[in-house]
Amino acid sequence: MSVMTYREALNLALREEMRRDPRVFLLGEEIGVYDGAYKVTQGLLKEFGERRVMDTPICESGFTGVAIGAAMLGLRPVVEMMTFNFAILALDQIVNSAAKMSYMSGGQFNVPIVVRGPGGPAHQLAAQHSQSMESYFYHVPGLKVVRPSTPEDAKGLLKSAIRDENPVIFIESETLYGIKGEVPDDADFTIPLGRAKIRREGTDVTVIAYMGMMYRALETAEALAQEGISCEIVDPRTLRPMDIETLIGSVRKTHRAVVVEAGAGFAGMGSEIVAFITENAFDDLDAPVERVTGANAPMPYAKNLEQAKTPSKEKIIAAIRRVCYA
Amino acid sequence: MAITKVVMPKLSEAMETGRVIKWLKEEGDKVEGGEIIAEIETDKADIELESFGTGVLRKIMVPAGARAPVGGLIAVVAEPADDIAGVLAGAAAPSPAPAVSPSPTAAPPPPAPPKPAGTAPPPAPARAAAPVPTPVPAPRSLVRGPEPSAGEPAGVPGGRVKASPLAKKIAAQSGVDLRLVHGSGPSGRIVRRDVLGAMSGAPMPVVAPAKVPTVPGVEYQDVPLSSIRAVIAKRMPLAKSPVPHFYLTSEIAMDRAWELREELNALDGQPKISVTDMIVKACALALLQHPEVNASFQGDTIRVHYRVHIGLAVALDDGLITPVLRNCEARSLAEIAVEGRDLVERARNRRLRAPELSGATFSISNLGMFDVDLFSAIINPPEGAILAVGAVKVVPVVEDGRIGMGRRMQITLSCDHRAMDGAMGARFLQDLRRLLEEPLRLLV
Repeated sequence: MSVMTYREALNLALREEMRRDPRVFLLGEEIGVYDGAYKVTQGLLKEFGERRVMDTPICESGFTGVAIGAAMLGLRPVVEMMTFNFAILALDQIVNSAAKMSYMSGGQFNVPIVVRGPGGPAHQLAAQHSQSMESYFYHVPGLKVVRPSTPEDAKGLLKSAIRDENPVIFIESETLYGIKGEVPDDADFTIPLGRAKIRREGTDVTVIAYMGMMYRALETAEALAQEGISCEIVDPRTLRPMDIETLIGSVRKTHRAVVVEAGAGFAGMGSEIVAFITENAFDDLDAPVERVTGANAPMPYAKNLEQAKTPSKEKIIAAIRRVCYA
Repeated sequence: MAITKVVMPKLSEAMETGRVIKWLKEEGDKVEGGEIIAEIETDKADIELESFGTGVLRKIMVPAGARAPVGGLIAVVAEPADDIAGVLAGAAAPSPAPAVSPSPTAAPPPPAPPKPAGTAPPPAPARAAAPVPTPVPAPRSLVRGPEPSAGEPAGVPGGRVKASPLAKKIAAQSGVDLRLVHGSGPSGRIVRRDVLGAMSGAPMPVVAPAKVPTVPGVEYQDVPLSSIRAVIAKRMPLAKSPVPHFYLTSEIAMDRAWELREELNALDGQPKISVTDMIVKACALALLQHPEVNASFQGDTIRVHYRVHIGLAVALDDGLITPVLRNCEARSLAEIAVEGRDLVERARNRRLRAPELSGATFSISNLGMFDVDLFSAIINPPEGAILAVGAVKVVPVVEDGRIGMGRRMQITLSCDHRAMDGAMGARFLQDLRRLLEEPLRLLV
C-alpha cells in the first residue's frame, strides 16, 4: 500500500496498463506536452512517446471517433475529456457508435474504449461545467458508467475499465483529484466493475451516495451517530451495471433508505435507485425512500447559490430523520 | 404491574351493547394473558373474550346475564396488590338485563383511552407499546376471532389502516391485528416499532393462519370460529336436516344472453351487466309467474310471496353472507345491476345494515366465477328454494343435426318438498330457461 492522491492513482493506473498492454494509448486535449489540464497524464508522454500519448485538436467528436475506429481495429484507446461536460460534443460518437457497434455488427466489432475525465459540480465552474454528466450516459444500453470516489477505486476501477471489452464511461471529479488515500501497489490490482462498496456499516438507514456526496454522507453519519442513528453508507461505484444485490441487501437490513445525489433530481440516479428498491424490497421498507438531490436548476456561479443548489449536510440529516421517524 | 380493564368489545358496526353469557373465571381466579375469561353474546354470534392482562380477576363489574354498552368496563384484571379503587370508581354500574340503555357513552370510565377522539369508544383499545404516563394504564382487551367492522379500525377514523410495508409484513407473520395498533408515524402510519411494541406489550391474539403456501411447522391448528362461521355452523343443520330438499337441474343456452350482455355493456353511460344480474332478473320474472316456488312452508300454512326479495350469496374470506336485493320484480335490469353490485361490495367490506341481511324469499348462489360446472345449494329457511348457478362454458352442442359450439350454463334448483313438488319447480325452471334463452324478455 502507498498513500497517494486520487490524481496520482489515476496516473498510476494509466501507466501500469500502458506498460502491461502495448495496445493501450491515450488521446485528448493537452494531455501530452501540457501533462493534462488536471495533470492526470503527467509524465506519460515522456515515458510512452507521441505514438501512445496524442494531443488532439479541440474537437471531441473527431478524436472520440478516431478512438472508436482504433478500438474496432484492435487497439485500446483511453480518451480524456478535459471536463466531461465537453463529452456532449462527442455524444453521437459515444451513444450511436461506441455503445451500439457490437450490437449492430452482430458482435463482429466490439469497442473497448474508455472515455474519462472530471465531471459533476466542483468549485464555481458555473452552469456549463458543473453538470452531473453520468445521467446522460447511464441511460444508454451498451455503456458502462463508473464513478470512483476514492484513490483506491480510481486505480482499481480505471484498470478494469481499460481491460473491459466494451465502452466504459469513467467520470472523475475536480474536487477529488487532491484527496489522498491508500492504494495497493500491485500492478495486477483491479476492482471489478459493477460492485458497490459499503463505506460505513450501520443498522438504521441505508444512505446511497457516490463521489463528493458520499463524503458528505459520511460526515452526516458521524453527526447522527451522536444522536443514536446508525447510518450505513453504500457507494455504488459503478452506476451501470448497478450492484443491486449489495444495495438491496443493505435496505433489507436497515428497512430505510435515502439516496443522495449532486445532480438534479428529475430522472436522476436517485429515481432509478428508488425504483430498484421498491421493486426488490418493498415489503422490507418501513418508510418511503427519500431522495436528496441537487435543485432542478442550472448550477449558479455565485458561491452561495452554488451551495444552495447542492445537497447540504442539513438536508441529508433532515431526510434521514424523516425516514427514521426520529 | 399494570391494571387491565376488560371492556365490552365492539363486534359489529351496529352493535351498541353486548350481554355477558357467562364468566369462565370467578373473582380471585388467576388469569393468563390470552386466556378466555368470558363468553359474550352479540346480535350476530357468541364470542369468547380473551384477557389481555395477566394477574387476578379482581372484580366482575357485569354479572352473567347482564348487558353492558360497547366500551363499558365489565371486569378488572390486576395483581392482588394493585389498588383498583380508582378504576372501579370511574365505572358506571351495569345495566340490568332487560332495561338497557344503549347509549355507548353511559359507561366508559373517565380516563379516556389514549386515542384520537372517535365517535364511539373504541372496540378494543390500542395496546400501548410501552407504559404510558397516564394516571391509569391503557386498557387492554381483545376478542378472539371476529373482526371489528372494517369501517371503524381502532384509532383510525378514515377506514384504511395506514402501515409501512414492513409493518404489514411483520404483522402478518406474527398475527398482530394492525387495526389494534397505534401508528406513530406521519398521519398515524403504523411503522415497525409500533408493531414490535404491540408484540412485546401483550400476548398475540389467536388468528387464522395467513394465506401463505408454506408448510407450517405444526401438525395442525385449531382455528377459532369467526362469528360468521359460528352462525353458519349453527344454522346449516337447521336448514339441511329438517327441510326435505329435492333438486332439479337444467342446462341453459346462454349464447343470446351473452350477446345481449355484451351489447348492453358496450353502451355508453349504462351500468355493466353481469350474468348474475340477468339471472336475478330472470328469476324475478319467473317467480312472478310461479309464486308457488316463491313460497315459505310455515307448518300449517304456506306463505306465497308476491314480492321477490332475492338473497345473493357472497363469499367472504371467512364465510358466506347473503345480502337481500328487495323487490326484484319491480326493478329493471340496470337497477338490479347497480344495486346488486352495491350490496355485494358492501357485503365484502362488511358494511351491510342488519335489515339488508334478512327477508329474502328466494336465493341465488353463483359459483360460475370459480369454474364450477354444477352444484346444489342448501335452502336458507324460511325460503322455499334456492338456485345454484354454474359457469357459462363454450361447449360442443348439437343443433339441427350438426355439431357446433355454444355457451351453456347448468343450474340446479333446490326445493323444499314441503312447500312444492317437482312439477312446480320444473315449470318454474322452464320459464326461467325461456327468459334467459330469449333474453330480450328481460328488457320488456
